[in-house]
Amino acid sequence: MTLPVRISRSPLLWPLAALLALLLFNLVVNPGFFTVRIQDGHLFGSLVDVLKNGSPTLLIALGMTLVIASRGVDLSVGAVVAISAAIACTSIASADDPSSPGAAIVAMTSAIGVGLLLGAWNGLLVSVFGIQPIIATLVLMTAGRGIAMLITDGQIITVNNETYSWLGGGHVLGLPAQVVVTGLILLLVAVLTRRTALGMLVEAVGINPAAARLAGVRSRSITWTVYVFAAFAASVAGLMISAQVNAADANRAGLFIELDAILAVVIGGTSLAGGRYSLTGTVIGALVLQTLTTTVYSVGIPSQYSTLFKAVVIIVVFLLQAPRLRAALRRRRRPAPPPPASGGLPSGPVPVGTDLGPTPTAVGAPAVPTGREPSGSTVVGAGNDPAEGALR
Amino acid sequence: MTVSDTRPASEGAGSTAPAPPPAWQTWLRASTTGSRTFSVLVTAVLLVVLFGAGSVRYENFGTPQVVLNLFVDNAHLIVLAVGMTFVILTGGIDLSAGAVVALSTVMAARMLEAGWSAPLTVLAVLATGALLGWAMGAAVHHLQLQPFIVTLAGMFLARGLCFVISVPSIPIRDPAFTSLATNFVELPGGTFLTYSVFIALTVLIAAMWVLHRTRFGRTVYAVGGNENSAALMGLAVSRTKVGVYVISGTCSALAGLLFSLYMLSGYSLHGIGMELDAIAAVVIGGTLLTGGAGYVFGSLLGVLVLGTIQALISFDGGLSSWWTRITIGVLLLAFVVVQRLSTRSAGSSG
Repeated sequence: MTLPVRISRSPLLWPLAALLALLLFNLVVNPGFFTVRIQDGHLFGSLVDVLKNGSPTLLIALGMTLVIASRGVDLSVGAVVAISAAIACTSIASADDPSSPGAAIVAMTSAIGVGLLLGAWNGLLVSVFGIQPIIATLVLMTAGRGIAMLITDGQIITVNNETYSWLGGGHVLGLPAQVVVTGLILLLVAVLTRRTALGMLVEAVGINPAAARLAGVRSRSITWTVYVFAAFAASVAGLMISAQVNAADANRAGLFIELDAILAVVIGGTSLAGGRYSLTGTVIGALVLQTLTTTVYSVGIPSQYSTLFKAVVIIVVFLLQAPRLRAALRRRRRPAPPPPASGGLPSGPVPVGTDLGPTPTAVGAPAVPTGREPSGSTVVGAGNDPAEGALR
Repeated sequence: MTVSDTRPASEGAGSTAPAPPPAWQTWLRASTTGSRTFSVLVTAVLLVVLFGAGSVRYENFGTPQVVLNLFVDNAHLIVLAVGMTFVILTGGIDLSAGAVVALSTVMAARMLEAGWSAPLTVLAVLATGALLGWAMGAAVHHLQLQPFIVTLAGMFLARGLCFVISVPSIPIRDPAFTSLATNFVELPGGTFLTYSVFIALTVLIAAMWVLHRTRFGRTVYAVGGNENSAALMGLAVSRTKVGVYVISGTCSALAGLLFSLYMLSGYSLHGIGMELDAIAAVVIGGTLLTGGAGYVFGSLLGVLVLGTIQALISFDGGLSSWWTRITIGVLLLAFVVVQRLSTRSAGSSG
């Protein structure tokens, strides 16, 4: 397969095009977007802001990617964010010395511990009771914010702890701590799932849990694991979000973040039907979303238009990704290639058996071939790109 | 071939050998596997128990007006849940409902403010809801996108339109709207109902008629049961699948109008999370989220259960409002687990 064909069939094409278009738009309208300056040894600028503010969403989207790959969905991550923030801040506030590093470490550990428990709960409902993922996680989504309110007693808990606020505003090697933490977790996930068979097993469960189980895959524990990981990612994101403002607001922390995370995953080309996923795609999807938000603010679009603008961009990306629409577009474009191929130039994969028409058949059912073929390239991409994502 | 032939035979022999099960057991099994009247019955019992507990515990709880207030305060949610039932029966979901409610309130308030007449406003709002629903249905069916994602995008679009129309809350002062909102229908015994309740109940009865007495309604169940089979039977799958989203969009718009009567204002942040309440009501009402089984009447009971919980918590006074959400979550869990266990045992026995 020639490179242009591979590129045009890659599921990453449209999200990447959307990201580039957004960046180009910024370059033209607002050149200041690309200036990165160093102040006190730390990097500042719109691009750094995109990475920093996009970190919690990206982190949650990572967990969501694996859940969606196993043909599930986790609606409860926003509630987990709120609970994690609530636990961390109440724990610090009630410590003997609220400003000590020890208090912060205890708080973070207990918040993540509770996050893991909540993930185990979701996993139990989905894998052992066999409840549909949307509903199983809807339970925690509905009750979760109530639980967070219960923990904070309905108050906004503010804390003053340097170790804790480092996670929200600190820097490592000039980069915001959030970006570094997210990058490390991304790297870990990429290595664990793409350098081992784990990712493939998750995909196998997503394609057909029963078949995967019969083939010797431990479907149940894999399903369970992805929900635990999603909740872990959400609880870490909850710590970041609350550390950024040094407060826990049970009502607003992580509100609608589950929707943003799902959007990031879907924009990145991972199908909600499960069975395949692309971590690179998710990273691009999260960057698209955050660049969009930052663009809306930096270009000076009136704030009341920002949601509509975002909605329209998202709808366009979805429509471009719709398998039916892509197939229809390709069919319209397809009749062109054969004539030049018969002219003698080896321009594409057409020559062999053109008259039998295997190419049109492959195009007629694009969902499987386009989905399967590039996954080999995403294995490589997922190994390389996270490092880029962390260093950029 | 031989294996699949012998197994049902031996199973059949095993189940016929003991004495035939008592009549109540067969009825129970039939209703759990087939029509799901059982789940609706459970919800009805729960409603009575909850209300009974409230009447015993709190003074003045067990009065006719408190019962009627369940309808008065939740008229919009009833309409929303009716529309949601249609979508869920086909195996879809409509996350845009709450945002469409907000859009309707803002549109209505803005148009009335600009001097449109009330009937024209109502028509325009309903048409907008239907159009949004149609667009989402078309995307779900013709582009084969996931309902979840399509209606999520629809939710952002509707909220975005709200903010464009007006960010601050707009009061409604139109005489037709205010008189409809503030006038009551007196009932015997010093009780009353608002006109919204009658509109909501009319929608409910119309929905019951459509689902059980029309070709469209039967097709909704068929599509939810198995879309491929329905298509192979020659049923109008396409029209039905788009149709349910149009119905849901229209119901959401109507719910928005009822909500604007209830609040007498249009505000872009109205109805946040209302779609979750509607989905919870439908599930508690016994409708399966996989589609194909459930009753619109169950959704009414589901809404009333949610309303009763809210009433109980406000009557108590000592409990904070967040207990409402926790209780709804726990109820949702209980119903989902029971549903799951009943369908699993039905699946293994049948």
